[in-house]
Amino acid sequence: MAGKPVLHYFDGRGRMEPVRWLLAAAGVEFEEKFLKTRDDLARLRNDGSLMFQQVPMVEIDGMKLVQTRAILNYIASKYNLYGKDMKERALIDMYSEGIADLDEIVLHQPYIPQEEKEANLAKIKDKARNRYFPAYEKVLKGHGQDYLVGNRLSRADVYLVELLYHVEELDPSVLANFPLLKALRTRVSNLPTVKKFLQPGSQRKPYEDEKCVESAMKIFS
Amino acid sequence: MSGKPVLHYFNARGRMECIRWLLAAAGVEFEEKFIERPEDLEKLKKDGKLMFEQVPMVEIDGMTLVQTRAILNYIATKYDLYGKDVKERALIDMYAEGIADLSEMIIHLVVTPPDQKEAKIALIKDRTKNRYLPAFEKVLKSHGQNYLVGNRLTRVDIHLLELLLYVEEMDSSLLAPFPLLKALKSRLSNLPNVKKFLQPGSQRKPPTDEKTIEEARKVFKF
Repeated sequence: MAGKPVLHYFDGRGRMEPVRWLLAAAGVEFEEKFLKTRDDLARLRNDGSLMFQQVPMVEIDGMKLVQTRAILNYIASKYNLYGKDMKERALIDMYSEGIADLDEIVLHQPYIPQEEKEANLAKIKDKARNRYFPAYEKVLKGHGQDYLVGNRLSRADVYLVELLYHVEELDPSVLANFPLLKALRTRVSNLPTVKKFLQPGSQRKPYEDEKCVESAMKIFS
Repeated sequence: MSGKPVLHYFNARGRMECIRWLLAAAGVEFEEKFIERPEDLEKLKKDGKLMFEQVPMVEIDGMTLVQTRAILNYIATKYDLYGKDVKERALIDMYAEGIADLSEMIIHLVVTPPDQKEAKIALIKDRTKNRYLPAFEKVLKSHGQNYLVGNRLTRVDIHLLELLLYVEEMDSSLLAPFPLLKALKSRLSNLPNVKKFLQPGSQRKPPTDEKTIEEARKVFKF
């Protein structure tokens, strides 16, 4: 089990960002190898490093793992952020998958053609405010505990907090009616590992600007 | 831990079929409550049983679980079809997610507008024969074992079998270049629980026809 995990992706959030958040929250140092050109991707493909010719790919513990959920599941298990038993895992999975559904719409926003951006943003706002955030507020209200599952930090809290930040970037008042989500975000943000990750200079990626989008489109087209 | 799992979905494959397969392969009897009218879905929502207002939903072991992967993960763990350790789980997850990506494309076909269907089908066939099937053939070739992971049956063999059957439904020539996948398909099809599920009269659902889509549209408003 040698060395740090190595993340292979482009220099942007995309589908790798939840992996960065989870490793950071777990206090695990990691390296990043950024794809910058189409040749970089071709090289990884030709090396046989990408099982389905796609990134994200993470080198960890002698494996070359692709598929975001496979990577997240492994990290969560390894660093004890996946609940204490099968039933807690079921709740964590249910909650994480809901967040992933919302994230799927959110992560595409920078890449959506200009004329469709407004409609996608409206969809994000609607789903966040009317479906997803109420569901998680209800979970927290239901048990009154500090974390979503099992009264301790799990991957579900980390992923939710990431999304709370990302959706708020697009819809600044979205958290107004969700006091428990706000409190969760504050609590998780104050954990030493997360606090560090939230500071400038960390490996956390900013919202993808035009330059970043253009670069990504070139690599993956 | 009472009774059989109860599956809530409409009477079609959709996103519930992989769950039916896994339960069947595990030899677990299950009940189904079909959502047939808008009121059925409304009632489930009003009763607070759908965390995100969506199905699939499965009542199992006192839980009301939604989200296909959460349901599959739980069933796989409970019935020991998820590998023996964290590294086997990583391989199972990686393979299963690849299968899910291709399955997602196939699921979406039924709701693809007619003018886009041909292009979608072409893309699916291309991905099938150039990306996904080669990847799994390579896995089997690399270890020469009878199952994808850990030399015994796991969930991902079942997910792959289901996918191979859909690929075959679409175009049987797609499987031709993959002898190890064909052998896996035969072997798995002969496992007693799977064999039973493959027979007429089981809870396995047929290909989705236009009529079923129209009815689903009325209930789910898509």
